[in-house]
Amino acid sequence: MEPVEELATKEYKWGFVTDIESETIAKGLNEDVVRLISSKKNEPTWLLDWRLNAFRQWQKLKEPKWPNVTYPPIDYQACSYYSAPKQNVKKGSMDEIDPELVKTYEKLGIPLDEQKRLSNVAVDAVFDSVSVATTAKDYLEKLGIIFCSFSEAVQKHPDLIRKYLGSVVPSNDNFFASLNSAVFSDGSFCWIPKGVKCPMELSTYFRINAADTGQFERTLIVAEEGAIVSYLEGCTAPKRDTNQLHAAVVELVAQKDANIKYSTVQNWYPGDKEGKGGIYNFVTKRGRCAGANSKISWTQVETGSAITWKYPSVILQGDNSVGEFYSVAVVNNRQQADTGTKMIHVGKNTRSTIVSKGISAGKGQNTYRGQVKVVKKATGARNYTQCDSLLIGDRCGAHTFPYIEVQNSSARVEHEASTSKISEDQIFYCKQRGVSTENAINMIVNGFCKEVFRELPMEFAVEAQKLLGVSLDGSVG
Amino acid sequence: MLEIKELHASVAKKEILKGLSLSVKAGEVHAIMGPNGSGKSTLAQVLAGHPSYTVTGGTVSYFGKDLLEMSPEDRAKEGIFLAFQYPVEIPGVSNSYFLRAGYNEIRKHRGEPELDVMDFNKLLKERSKVLHIDDSLLNRPVNEGFSGGEKKRNEIFQLAVLEPRLAILDETDSGLDIDALRTVSDGVNKLRSKDRAFIVVTHYQRLLNYIVPDFVHVLSAGKIVKSGGKELALELEKRGYDWVKEPVAAGAAL
Ligand SMILES: Nc1ncnc2c1ncn2[C@@H]1O[C@H](COP(=O)(O)OP(=O)(O)OP(=O)(O)O)[C@@H](O)[C@H]1O
Ligand SMILES: [Mg+2]
Repeated sequence: MEPVEELATKEYKWGFVTDIESETIAKGLNEDVVRLISSKKNEPTWLLDWRLNAFRQWQKLKEPKWPNVTYPPIDYQACSYYSAPKQNVKKGSMDEIDPELVKTYEKLGIPLDEQKRLSNVAVDAVFDSVSVATTAKDYLEKLGIIFCSFSEAVQKHPDLIRKYLGSVVPSNDNFFASLNSAVFSDGSFCWIPKGVKCPMELSTYFRINAADTGQFERTLIVAEEGAIVSYLEGCTAPKRDTNQLHAAVVELVAQKDANIKYSTVQNWYPGDKEGKGGIYNFVTKRGRCAGANSKISWTQVETGSAITWKYPSVILQGDNSVGEFYSVAVVNNRQQADTGTKMIHVGKNTRSTIVSKGISAGKGQNTYRGQVKVVKKATGARNYTQCDSLLIGDRCGAHTFPYIEVQNSSARVEHEASTSKISEDQIFYCKQRGVSTENAINMIVNGFCKEVFRELPMEFAVEAQKLLGVSLDGSVG
Repeated sequence: MLEIKELHASVAKKEILKGLSLSVKAGEVHAIMGPNGSGKSTLAQVLAGHPSYTVTGGTVSYFGKDLLEMSPEDRAKEGIFLAFQYPVEIPGVSNSYFLRAGYNEIRKHRGEPELDVMDFNKLLKERSKVLHIDDSLLNRPVNEGFSGGEKKRNEIFQLAVLEPRLAILDETDSGLDIDALRTVSDGVNKLRSKDRAFIVVTHYQRLLNYIVPDFVHVLSAGKIVKSGGKELALELEKRGYDWVKEPVAAGAAL
């Protein structure tokens, strides 16, 4: 096929570094570091104890070796666990935020200024270890909705945090979740009161800026009875040739009749063509449909990161509750992804849908790993899984590991899988109609992902389509 | 418009075209007939620039430019259109989206403004009527699940939308029922103009009753071995190909 030098010049355009003075604690991890983080955030003792407990558990846990990814051993003492821009003493009005930060977010397409902000989206901006701004807060407050940084929530709403923190992902859940529980620095907290439909999209934009630091944020979303909320998450990082660790935890709780829609467009720096640098994205995301008729829906578009390890899951506890997982995962060059979901059916007549679209290009390796579990008492449970892989070129790989465990004979579990390849003839057909190779691949890939993009909020769907184009750059050559 | 001289081309290291020459002027319709495997589709693919086919000799000039130097998409933008013998399926991409992408590339190339979805859909509606294309086909993924005849009709529909200068039809009539054959031919005839040329590859004289060619060529073993007017097609229908096959090949068989 035709040479693609021209395509390869398009780059990860979010790879700039913000020149800002930061306070970064010394590298290394021990109990004192955990205490230091907690004291910087002026946390109550119970939370410090919770962290310390997590830290002790983490020391006993082993890094999981079962994911289908390879990377050199991570030295957990070689990175710093807290870094915050210095000026961020007190925030509230925009005037108090460092203009460099405002500029950074503007460059990323996220205006923080209340006048300029996207009309229907409230944003919490997390920069390295701290939240630097949250927009539309006052407006949401009037509706009784709490949307603020995690640190602020700890101060202002300690009872809610205490009640729900670790209630879905316990602090000893897995190696990375434990690590996060010990050292998490910030993140977002959303609480939607009973019967309230959140009128705008809530979103958090995560930006890693500092070198040799990890980002460990926590997101907690609680929808009380009958509440409805749609939440978006976006992220980017500078181009650096060392790997950086991002180990987040997201917990969702949907009470009776509540509905949470969680969308992610993950665009961490993926490393260069040879696989140098990039983010290790080791994330635990889980939702609990606690009440009857509740619904949790995950939609993710994973284009970035050197390595992705994440399984946004739903525990379907309430009767008639619904869990959904829609995923597009792209790997190009040397990227590796091991991602999927877990649907745990506990309540009666619970339903789950899994649609996974894996795209592999270059020397990328893409693994879908999904578990569907129906416990004994989950009468009438239903699951439908569709798992499609698309290969571009012949040096990449696609792997599928479905685990199905059914303990109730009335359950219906369906699994469909397919693997296809973009053929030279398809591309030629497009070119014969005047469409370039690059656009042809884009078009074919977007067609492949349609069922997932449909689930994304409008503006994000457009963004996701563009991102796919960038991340598949130079994938045919 | 098109000047092919002594063209040699091979696929999978096998020489298929062995010194083919053909000259096409604007406004003309050339029919190419010939036995299976003689190289008709190869010629079509080479003109469109398919990467599997290697040109090993000869020249092709298109409006005075070296066609063989141009990328497939540039050839398309310069007005070459191939209606494929076997159109491929593109799952998930709607027919109308696909066509708009191509249409706008061509317009950009000509320095014309791109059409937005609304205007383009209007254009599609208009053109689809002429070819009796069902609206539902426009919104379905490109060729996916189309019947054989629908695929062929869709190719001619694309032709009508993209308005090329040189259209190459590779066995567009195969697999069409009688009514469809008439619609497709009507469509092609409406598109005939003094600025546009057609190369029509077919096995059947019947098509040429509808699309009346100015020239008929017989392609055999990679060369044009006989050319004539529309009567030649009738004669071929009666007598088969043996009598026109290349003398050398015929001699070898003795
Ligand atoms: N990709 C390919 N790989 C190997 N051989 C090929 C390839 N494409 C064409 N050929 C061979 O080249 C020869 C010419 O094929 P071509 O498709 O041009 O014939 P045709 O005249 O169009 O035949 P038909 O009337 O059956 O459509 C055939 O022997 C065919 O098998
Ligand atoms: Mg043929």
